[in-house]
Amino acid sequence: MYHLGFASGLTLTLPLALTLALTGMAQAAELELEDHRVFPALQAATGGMDTGTRVLRVASTTDLDVFEPYIAAFQAARPEIAVDYSVLSSSNLHRAIRDGVAFDLAMSSAMDLQFQLANDGFAQPFSSAATEALPDWARWRDLIFAFTTEPAVVAIHSASFEGLDLPATRQELIAVLRDHPERFVGAVGTYDVRESGLGYLFATQEDRSTDAYWRLNEVMGRLGPQLYCCSLQMIEDVAEGRLAVAYNVLGSYAEDWLDEDQSGRMQILTMQDFSNVMLRTVIIPTTARQIEAAGAMVDMLADLGMRELQGDWALPALSHSGPREDAGFGPIRLGPGLMAYLDPLNRRTFLTEWENAMEQR
Amino acid sequence: MIQSRSIGKRLTLLLAAVAALLSVLSWAMVTALAREASQRTQDNVLAASATTIAETLRSEQGEVRLELPYAAFAMLGAISEDRVFYRVTAGGVTLTGYDELTPPTPGSAGQVVFETSVFRGAAIRMASLGRAVLAGDEPVLVTVTVAQTRDGVSAVADDLSSLAAMLSVAFFLLAAALSALVAYTSLKPLNEIASAVSRRGPSDLRPVVRPAPTELAPLLLALNRLMDRLRQSIRRSEDFIAEAAHRIRTPLATVRAQTEIALRMAQTDTEREHLRQIIRAVDESSRSAGQLLDHATVAYRIEDLARDTLDLATLAARTVAALEPTASMRDIRLLLKADTAWIAGDAVLLENALRNILDNAIKYSPEDTSVTLQITCDATTARLSVTDQGPGLGLAPFEPLTQRFQRGENTADIVGSGLGLTIAAEVLQAHGGRLELSNAQLKGGGACITLVLPLA
Repeated sequence: MYHLGFASGLTLTLPLALTLALTGMAQAAELELEDHRVFPALQAATGGMDTGTRVLRVASTTDLDVFEPYIAAFQAARPEIAVDYSVLSSSNLHRAIRDGVAFDLAMSSAMDLQFQLANDGFAQPFSSAATEALPDWARWRDLIFAFTTEPAVVAIHSASFEGLDLPATRQELIAVLRDHPERFVGAVGTYDVRESGLGYLFATQEDRSTDAYWRLNEVMGRLGPQLYCCSLQMIEDVAEGRLAVAYNVLGSYAEDWLDEDQSGRMQILTMQDFSNVMLRTVIIPTTARQIEAAGAMVDMLADLGMRELQGDWALPALSHSGPREDAGFGPIRLGPGLMAYLDPLNRRTFLTEWENAMEQR
Repeated sequence: MIQSRSIGKRLTLLLAAVAALLSVLSWAMVTALAREASQRTQDNVLAASATTIAETLRSEQGEVRLELPYAAFAMLGAISEDRVFYRVTAGGVTLTGYDELTPPTPGSAGQVVFETSVFRGAAIRMASLGRAVLAGDEPVLVTVTVAQTRDGVSAVADDLSSLAAMLSVAFFLLAAALSALVAYTSLKPLNEIASAVSRRGPSDLRPVVRPAPTELAPLLLALNRLMDRLRQSIRRSEDFIAEAAHRIRTPLATVRAQTEIALRMAQTDTEREHLRQIIRAVDESSRSAGQLLDHATVAYRIEDLARDTLDLATLAARTVAALEPTASMRDIRLLLKADTAWIAGDAVLLENALRNILDNAIKYSPEDTSVTLQITCDATTARLSVTDQGPGLGLAPFEPLTQRFQRGENTADIVGSGLGLTIAAEVLQAHGGRLELSNAQLKGGGACITLVLPLA
């Protein structure tokens, strides 16, 4: 039924969608959009011509393929709202919101940057039954809401590990990499933490949580690591065999990849000693205009975050365990501690150390 | 009586007002303390955070270096979900943090200074710490300022404040209830005395003898003195009346005797009629004087009532015997049906009462009828009823008939003072009994007067 509605809605609203796309492109030029699409409203607004079509402008770090079903679900419930979806890197998204670029919703995997936006007053409060239902650790001050818990994992190319024990801890990973440099030179990949907000978040949290992190960096640095901006490219390269190991990729993306690619070329390892769990968060920026629609989307995401079963959704729900910092396995804590590593001085110091470890000549 | 506001109510209201005042005061105090306590908690964490950051300050190659420890920020998130701002300056130049954050005037080195301010439209609390760091040759004053919004503090203080408000209201309600109880208890002796006095019979003027609180002793004393004076005054007037009645009776007897002589010697009917009227008037006066004397006797004896054990039947028989002559003059039979009934009382008074009632019965009975006296007993009381075959008590209420000088509606042509039933009623009341008036239910029945007395 909705498919029929979608088809007719598409033809009817095509000219409008085009102009939206065009204005979107103008914005894209300034913003370095990685991807962008407008999902036209499935049905014309009911309030007469004056109201026009309501467009929910979403800035996100989540890939379009991953998030498209969510938009479809949203439009099934709210067919009168068009969605303008822009994919940006987490640091660009952060900068855009700070610079006051008008978005109705900002969704990011970089918790620290999202938290700083909320702390510094770039988010507006929103409260509803759905957000109240979220556990305490999944929201902060009614400004920022988490709707997924996504662990960082290690992706490996199965062939590269033939005849080797699969490492279960960082110690074992360090040992494997150190003992078999011939297999891993130039075949180790991880985030370029200078560019990737999520990579920086994972790196700084590991710095805080495990001393094995720097030794691992040293070992990786000696192997001539490949540096990436994004999980998906790392996963692809692992699957294709261009990389033997990708350290700290998003578990959810890797799982999605495995669902598509059953060849067994790639495997996912979860480190048993410590594992970062990232919360994908959403804020309603102060520049938002479609606040009601943004709230509806937040409600939908919060409801999905609280679902019991995984279902067909690409992104995992909130874990039911909550943060367990003592065990080191819980989600990264949504709090002012996140701001420590965002401080320019700290960042400079951290990046210097990281570069020293990673770029050994 | 002019009734001013009740002492109990006034006392309760005053105590409740005091309780209300105390409740409000304690609420205000708890609120202020809660605010202060939560503020101090925040101050302590802010100070710890600033100190943690300041401890990382060092000098490297002539430059001030520092790092912002994760813990310094994480601890701020541990107490509340408040927004966090910070700034580190060296010699007035921002090293890192929020440029617009104006630190408070620094105190002496190493001392944490606190200030409440506004930053980006939100109320904040700042902790600032100065430390001298040697950069190159000269020491530079580095100021570390950590600030947090105050929502958490306010929320905690508000929570405690509303809790305190609820407790204060509960305290007030309890205190008000206790106030009412206290007022009631304090006024209990007063009420007891009042009810003891009001329970007394109308002619009971004995002094009130009962324990009284110090505050009430003067009142009781004054009351007793007043009653004493009243009793003496009543006694004097009763004495006077008795004396007067006695003095009138003797000459009246002389007047009657002389008038009867004159009647016998009278020549004309007119003269005889006049003389008869004189005799009638003299009889009435004499009778009234007798009853006034009776009444005075009764009043006098009641004050100091004898409590002898008596047989009501014997007493009734004696009275009947005394009145037999009067009755037989008008062919009236006095019938006594009685068994022994022991009561405690004053024989003279009870005889007097019964005589008055019998006298009435004889007086109002037509000739050649009978007056029936009957004694019945139940568990606690003896009832002596006197039933005549006269005209009865009429249809008007009987109650006024026992008041002084009140006479029935259908008695116009019969001599009477209106004191008989009054005397009887007073005697019975003094004995803890009562007089019951009714019209006899029997055919040809007249009045039925019943003397009710407690058994001994």
